[in-house]
Amino acid sequence: MKKNSTFWLFFAVLVVAALAAPLAIASTFWIDFLTLTLFLAVLGQGWNILGGYGGQFSFGHAVFFGTGAYLQVILQAKLGFNPWAAIPFAILGGIVIGAFTGFLSFRYGLRGSYFALITLAFAEAFRVLATSADAITDGGQGIYITLNQDPTKALATLQFGAGNGYYYCAVIITVISLLIAFWIENSRFGAQLVAIREDEDAAEAIGVNAFKVKMQAICLSGAITAFGGVFYAQKFLFMDPNIAYGPVKSVEMLVMPIIGGMGTIFGPLVGSFFLHTLGEVSKHAAHELVGDRPGLDLIVYGIALVLILALLPNGLVGLIRRLFRREVSRA
Amino acid sequence: MLEARGITKRFGGLVAVRQADLTANPGEIVALIGPNGAGKTTCFAMLSGFLKPDEGSVHFAGADITGLKPHAICARGMVRTFQIVKPFAHLSVRENIAVGAHARIADRAAALDQAASIAGRVGMSHMLDQQASALTVAGRKRLELARALATEPKLLLLDEVMAGLNASEISGIVEHIKAIRDGGVTIVLIEHVMQAVMSLSDRAYVLNNGAVIATGTPNEIATDPAVIEAYLGHGAAARLATGGVHA
Ligand SMILES: Nc1ncnc2c1ncn2[C@@H]1O[C@H](COP(=O)(O)OP(=O)(O)OP(=O)(O)O)[C@@H](O)[C@H]1O
Ligand SMILES: [Mg+2]
Repeated sequence: MKKNSTFWLFFAVLVVAALAAPLAIASTFWIDFLTLTLFLAVLGQGWNILGGYGGQFSFGHAVFFGTGAYLQVILQAKLGFNPWAAIPFAILGGIVIGAFTGFLSFRYGLRGSYFALITLAFAEAFRVLATSADAITDGGQGIYITLNQDPTKALATLQFGAGNGYYYCAVIITVISLLIAFWIENSRFGAQLVAIREDEDAAEAIGVNAFKVKMQAICLSGAITAFGGVFYAQKFLFMDPNIAYGPVKSVEMLVMPIIGGMGTIFGPLVGSFFLHTLGEVSKHAAHELVGDRPGLDLIVYGIALVLILALLPNGLVGLIRRLFRREVSRA
Repeated sequence: MLEARGITKRFGGLVAVRQADLTANPGEIVALIGPNGAGKTTCFAMLSGFLKPDEGSVHFAGADITGLKPHAICARGMVRTFQIVKPFAHLSVRENIAVGAHARIADRAAALDQAASIAGRVGMSHMLDQQASALTVAGRKRLELARALATEPKLLLLDEVMAGLNASEISGIVEHIKAIRDGGVTIVLIEHVMQAVMSLSDRAYVLNNGAVIATGTPNEIATDPAVIEAYLGHGAAARLATGGVHA
């Protein structure tokens, strides 16, 4: 149970630091930077549940993000929903898509690269669908949530303008996603999920209903990722087929936990921080050295990913743990 | 307690198991022996739900379990181990065994406690916090046994848990298996180590080319001409009987 007290320690420090950060940081640029970092850590955690803990590598997690985000926008723009009332439906959308993809893949025993390909295909199919379903999504031009300009209605409309509201929302969803990962690590469900990742036949032999556990995992993963989509929709008040279902989000979601440490509670968060900081630093460095070069941060992402995959099989969290253990054993 | 009737499995043109009848009564240790490729592991796979028999049926604890999934069969109290061990490599010994314990126990802390006590029953108490990937062959075989045992089975199917072990490790595991049986668990084991088969089993089946060619007590089996032929080749029994085997 020593492991758990370490978690609560890190968790408490993080929450306090996150809540205090706006007092220390005046620049809206850096608050925005933190907000997006946390937001992507949540998406990464969604992927991590299924990919990191369950070993089912999805290349199309945008299908959950996009569905959550689209539902959040469409329910408000087309059906006049209150944003709060839209949230459960957006999350439910992620669960339904999860159940659907999961059933088709797991029922027919698709594993490994086959599973990766089918998720990729799903995301692509939804992108095409969202583009052509003009009447619902307004097609390729994208769909907007009406802007609220009355600051007293910020909470009611879940639109926070330029203040720190979005940042605090990002903190809240990050906290929720960390607590879910903590529960995974301390529950029968999580133990069975990890066993499936390690060896599905062995797990099945000793009583793990692999199909059921994988279905639960993909639904939970879909729910968290769709929740991330809700946040995105409320922050940018806009959605189009490429943002929703394009490959960029799918890739970002798997890169964060892979770099940070798959199947760890803090992996997605650490990975997101590392990559965003790296991206920002390289953007500035490139600006100083060679002028504006859009896309340079993506190249740096790629290089970091290759290096970390080659050198750190357990990601940054694995590295931190190793260093920490060495310190402890030296003391 | 276990009754397989006429189970058959074909892989393409190859009949791996042909019309095999197998039974195990409560409290017995039953051995399943035979040359390499005889179909022993395939039998286990059919009994435990990993392969669906092409023909025949499997009854366990009074119910037809043919075609049930392995996890459902485990829930009914029959569990197999794997000849090619399958440790959860990145997990500790304790966590490995706890997955088995979760078959009956929902609570995480209780399952981890149960894992520690099961580890004691197979002599792994001192390795609880070792990562499974760091275990020796003997350790991995024990882990297979411990994980299966943690599911609280009524019947254990052990596939060559002694292969690759040295003599002292074998006598160690033989003692553990006896203790498990004395604890009320029925056991069917596949084994090439004859010394273990002779000392452990109440009954044995001999499988050759997918068919059961003999059944009886270990002593009856050892003198059965058909069995000797299966192991030593055609005509061997006759030569043995006349004292004519030299090479
Ligand atoms: N999945 C499979 N696909 C095709 N053939 C198979 C498969 N599994 C087993 N076989 C074949 O079926 C036959 C029986 O194999 P099985 O593993 O049951 O033998 P065994 O008695 O356990 O042998 P050993 O003592 O070597 O473990 C062998 O000829 C094997 O090559
Ligand atoms: Mg075999």
